[in-house]
Amino acid sequence: MLTFDRLTKRFKGNTAVDAVSLTFPKPAMIGIIGASGAGKSTLLRMVNRLSDATEGHVLFEGQDVTALRGGARRAWQGQCAMIFQQFNLVPRMDVVSNVLHGTLNRRSTLATMFNLYPREDIHRAIDILDRLGIAAQAPKRAEALSGGQQQRVAIARALMQDPKIILADEPIASLDPMNAQIVMDALRRIHDEDGRMVIANLHTLDTARRYCDRVIGMREGRVVFDGTPAQLTTGVARDIYGADAGFSEAATSTSIEALDDAGAMLRPAQAAI
Amino acid sequence: MADLSLGSAHGDTDTIRDAYLAMARTKRMYGGILLIVFVALMTSGFMLADSRNAGGFWDGILNIFQFPGEVVAEAREKAALLPGLMIEFLPSLIETLNIAAAATLLGAILAVILSLLATRGLAKFPALISPVRRAMDVMRAVPEIVIALVLIFILGGGPVPAMIAIAIHTVGALGKLFSEVNENASLKPVEGLASVGATWTQRMWLGVIPQVAPNYLSYALLRFEINIRASAILGFVGSGGIGYDLKNAFSWGQGRYDEVAAIFLLLFLTIVFFDQLSDHYRNKLVGRG
Repeated sequence: MLTFDRLTKRFKGNTAVDAVSLTFPKPAMIGIIGASGAGKSTLLRMVNRLSDATEGHVLFEGQDVTALRGGARRAWQGQCAMIFQQFNLVPRMDVVSNVLHGTLNRRSTLATMFNLYPREDIHRAIDILDRLGIAAQAPKRAEALSGGQQQRVAIARALMQDPKIILADEPIASLDPMNAQIVMDALRRIHDEDGRMVIANLHTLDTARRYCDRVIGMREGRVVFDGTPAQLTTGVARDIYGADAGFSEAATSTSIEALDDAGAMLRPAQAAI
Repeated sequence: MADLSLGSAHGDTDTIRDAYLAMARTKRMYGGILLIVFVALMTSGFMLADSRNAGGFWDGILNIFQFPGEVVAEAREKAALLPGLMIEFLPSLIETLNIAAAATLLGAILAVILSLLATRGLAKFPALISPVRRAMDVMRAVPEIVIALVLIFILGGGPVPAMIAIAIHTVGALGKLFSEVNENASLKPVEGLASVGATWTQRMWLGVIPQVAPNYLSYALLRFEINIRASAILGFVGSGGIGYDLKNAFSWGQGRYDEVAAIFLLLFLTIVFFDQLSDHYRNKLVGRG
């Protein structure tokens, strides 16, 4: 369904993504993990064509996405939704308008400039918001919402695109654990119920293990791990992050259950003092 | 999870839909009314202005290219003379540029100080925000040429009154723009510096200026371009520079249009040059930051 063929991105002097080749035969929930600067975001941005690949190709159902230009490129972006760490909504517009932005690729520029959308689209936007549990916020400005709510508006915008692929670039990195769980549950549900492919950059291992069918580990632009969540052991994680034996997942875990583990680790230390 | 599965009953969604559609309809109606009012005002305004116009707009519009046509025709005839004329006018151009540069520099320095005093959240004396702003309004409101005429009357003709006149206008204009830039600066570094016991000047110089410097520079360079034109125009009222030559060439009328063309060319090339220069330095400064 989706194939990366030696996908490479070079910025002046350094290689952000280095000949990444991956194949995704069917829709799945995929997590990409790795340290900051490992090239996760650059990879997703190349798939959405927000940035151009230096070398290599992205193939979607046989079509070379990296070769698309102009209108064809925007049409691809219309099918390949993207969710950002900082939500990237238009803060001063109301929630429904933000969701309706998902249809921009299909509508005429002039009509959308005057915020004119068909009634069915407005109904669908509110239904999607309802599905994500935030329909009551519909008339508010996006900036008036909390981070978790804004991220769900961003997901609603993505769903409004009716995409085959949803790319999520650190969707929960600016959220508290509770909202992070709501957003990840929503992404998982979108995959389970609609059969859409979800690729999410994550930087918490427990999230990747808990929600993803397949986990890819990146380090310095290369894929260094590709397997099931069960194969993602602490030893493998140390390799991905280039950490030594002092690295402990529980120390910075954001999952609420992990608090118990961390507490258990701290107790002997306190006893020693 | 709880929040997600709490999905409201369908009746609620219908209410939300209707409420949103009603809101959207109201907004569209207001938008439509505004558009109609705008078009009506533009049309009636044009018709009124046209009826009061001495010559009539439609008769005059056809002659709009006549004068530039004459200038271009004559300049083409004497094209060989243009480079020589351009060199001849170079000293006056440099005088004009000097007036503009000195005025921009002086004006920008004062504008930085006044803009910091006029920005909410940064001002040292919050009570003075409004007076400082009004002062900048006044400096902006009075045209350079009026200030220049008054100063020429007091100080006599020459580049200094022109420089002061342009500087005063620059303080008002740049102060307003700078203060808008300041409002968008993050207060976090300022708070950080306040937490280590920095004085107001230290907080502004080390906390605010580094954030806003690229924007300041870009506005100041834009103002410099505007000031080159202003300085050229002030030559018309007797403060020297290339404007004085332009006025003389104009008043000689036909036969001297090659000089007019040469001066226009010089001014155009100067503006293009400084535009490129400002682009270059702005990019450099932003890239470094």
